[in-house]
Amino acid sequence: MSIIYFLIGCSVLLALVFLGAFFWAQRNGQHDDLYTPSVRILLDDEPEETDPKK
Amino acid sequence: MKQAEIDQQTTCYHCGNDCADEHIEQDEKVFCCNGCREVYSILSQNGLCSYYAYNEHPGVSQEKAAKRFNYLKEPSIISELIDYSDEKFTIVTFYIPDIHCSSCIWLLEHLNKINPAIYNTRVDFLRKQVNIRYDTQLITLYEVVGLLDKIGYEPLISLQDVVKKQALDKKDNLVKKIAVAGFCFGNVMLLSFPEYLGISVYEQSFRQFFGWLNLAFCLPVLFYSSTGYFKSAWTNLKNKVLNIDFPLALGIAVLFVRTAIEILTRTGPGFADTLCGLVFFLSVGKFVQRKTYYHLSFERDYRSFFPVAVQLIEDETERPVPLSDIQVGQRIMIRNNEIIPADAILLKGDARVDFSFVTGESVPVNKILGEVVYAGGRQTGEAIELEVVKPVSQSYLTSLWNNEAFTRPQENKTKTFSEKVSKYFTIALLIIAFGSFFIWFPFDLPRAISAFTAVLIIACPCALALSTPFTMSAALSIFDKNFFYLKNTTVVEQLAHIDTIVLDKTGTITISGDTAVSAYITATDTEKQMIYSVCANSTHPLSRLICQYLNNYIKLNINSYYEVPGRGITADIGGHFIKVGSAKFIDTIQLEATSAQKTEVHISIDEKYIGYFSIQQHYRDGIKSVQSLSSGYRLYLLSGDHGHEREALSSVFSMEDMYFERTPQEKLDFIKQLQQNGHKVMMIGDGLNDAGALKQSDLGIAITDNVNNFSPGSDAILDGRSLKKLPIFLKFSKDALRVVYISFCISLTYNVVGLSYAVSGKLSPLIAAILMPLSTFTIISFTSLATHLAAKKRKLI
Repeated sequence: MSIIYFLIGCSVLLALVFLGAFFWAQRNGQHDDLYTPSVRILLDDEPEETDPKK
Repeated sequence: MKQAEIDQQTTCYHCGNDCADEHIEQDEKVFCCNGCREVYSILSQNGLCSYYAYNEHPGVSQEKAAKRFNYLKEPSIISELIDYSDEKFTIVTFYIPDIHCSSCIWLLEHLNKINPAIYNTRVDFLRKQVNIRYDTQLITLYEVVGLLDKIGYEPLISLQDVVKKQALDKKDNLVKKIAVAGFCFGNVMLLSFPEYLGISVYEQSFRQFFGWLNLAFCLPVLFYSSTGYFKSAWTNLKNKVLNIDFPLALGIAVLFVRTAIEILTRTGPGFADTLCGLVFFLSVGKFVQRKTYYHLSFERDYRSFFPVAVQLIEDETERPVPLSDIQVGQRIMIRNNEIIPADAILLKGDARVDFSFVTGESVPVNKILGEVVYAGGRQTGEAIELEVVKPVSQSYLTSLWNNEAFTRPQENKTKTFSEKVSKYFTIALLIIAFGSFFIWFPFDLPRAISAFTAVLIIACPCALALSTPFTMSAALSIFDKNFFYLKNTTVVEQLAHIDTIVLDKTGTITISGDTAVSAYITATDTEKQMIYSVCANSTHPLSRLICQYLNNYIKLNINSYYEVPGRGITADIGGHFIKVGSAKFIDTIQLEATSAQKTEVHISIDEKYIGYFSIQQHYRDGIKSVQSLSSGYRLYLLSGDHGHEREALSSVFSMEDMYFERTPQEKLDFIKQLQQNGHKVMMIGDGLNDAGALKQSDLGIAITDNVNNFSPGSDAILDGRSLKKLPIFLKFSKDALRVVYISFCISLTYNVVGLSYAVSGKLSPLIAAILMPLSTFTIISFTSLATHLAAKKRKLI
């Protein structure tokens, strides 16, 4: 059963990685604006050339 | 289909306003004004017509006075506004109140297409901010702002950059603390499960290992996440105040010490799970309590109302200077719709100053040359020249901010329920803890210590500390849905304790600048001209309104003129005898009874009755419900305006509770007087003249028609549309307080149950680990459910 030691070590390490990722995102300002990106993703990119018909 | 076509024809393609009779067309599209058409043509030239594809009529009407941004050429002003600048690029953040839809985001983030010198723009929709990065060499700040203004997104530039200040306040790492506590809580729970289920005898080494790990996870919780509680408990203790943080900090400390001892001496599993859970839930409660309104500011003062810069006249030339650099004796130029920034003497021009925001006076005031014009007025009409007589900070209006109401620290005006209770709670807790210690002490020392610590652990007021934040934040979001924005959660409690309500008049119960004059006269043009000439001579607000209504006549010479204050005017123009005034003043005919809601001005020429002007103030819809409050609350009207509406308002306020012509300072003193008589006063106002009273009162509510506009510093901001819901808001705040009381009783019950285990000294970690989250869960679900039910009952959701 000594594998438990190894597994727990792995799980704690993995959890620490996620905690670190969260801290990194927080520091990077990814949680500053939680609304605008949800709108921005729905806006289309402009077609390269302007539409000749119209 | 047809309906849609008609719609298209009558509403502006850009802003969706109804087009008046004269509309402007371009590319088969209809516009209500030149401003809207210009925005469209700029966008179409730059291939940005997708703007109109995302939303129908995404624009904002451009029918407004042109703004001048000349001051943005001054280096000293520029350096205050920008975030960062070097030779290559400059970063600047603007607050743009007109941001309201996805088209706005799209257009503002494509500014690069209109002018390639703008590298990129980033919109923060909730904060209504746009962050712009542009080429320092190719474009100036002045041009960037000009471009924004041209496409209909005029940035609001103010001296007091409230938005940036708000961002600074928020850095106390609460989110990080929650993350750490949550991380440790999850891991500790995982490692504690074997203990709950029982570990077999030949797996004892695991028990040891899990114990050590648990203890390790407790360390960051204790030394990082819970530091706030220890600090707060310590400062409160130094000030000889027992607040809820003291038993919390004590509980956390005891939990840790006992866990550490049990694990180190191998006598038990400790309470690591309870400790981490406690800190995690408490931090979440704190987070919930902190509500931020990105687009609102409750801390505004006169600086955000005043312009950034003024046009200074020096040696016949004009140049903009920052407001703070203005000195006594300098000459300034104020144009139409600009605000006079300091007390000054009128030197040149026809000054018609709108003081409605400053004094509450509803009609623009004419000033003669040489007269002192007080700061805060808005000039309407031609440009005027003034000489500054007092610096900005010492002017009549701004000196209000030197009052102690503004300088003393903003403490909670009334003690909240949890503050009052936690004192007794802490004392009772300590008595029980020491009591159980001394009962066991003569027989069994270890058991006495264990009982003592167990009491402190189990009675740790976690649920109690959470009941107020969760209830109040639920209440806050319900108010929020009804356009009533409270500064923080303690305001809800203050709302429930109010017994006196003081209201301002102009802009608060009336809608400012919205007075309807209707004429019921039969007069020829020359007679109208005579009436105009008489009224133009008078400074009485009603005369002014009539003049505005009659508009462009040439003023006739008046031979004799006599004004009876409060009654009317008699005058002689070219041999004609004219009387203008109240019905009693013109006694030539019998008049039918007039309604109280209207003010009427009657006219007679040469003893012949001509007719009357009816002047109706537009009161807000809410005036009826304000009236209904008079049964439970004492209502006062406190206005800076003249008393000519006293009659009309007597249906809402009793005669002796209406006060007119009050200066800002007198308003503040009036509130103070009421408070000294033991009243809890709520002040509702809108203008700068109410700022002192709002600050002094127990609960200051700023009322506004557009929450993005300027509103004076206050505890709450109420949208004008929701004034009618005020009685419901007050009732609901009492409901919310009742929910807090009940949830307090529930959490106390949990504590009593837990204590019965604890005093015996036989607290198993499992019971603590179950009881703590269970009570927390009960409180959170009870408070949010009960608050929402109460809101449903009051029809607020």
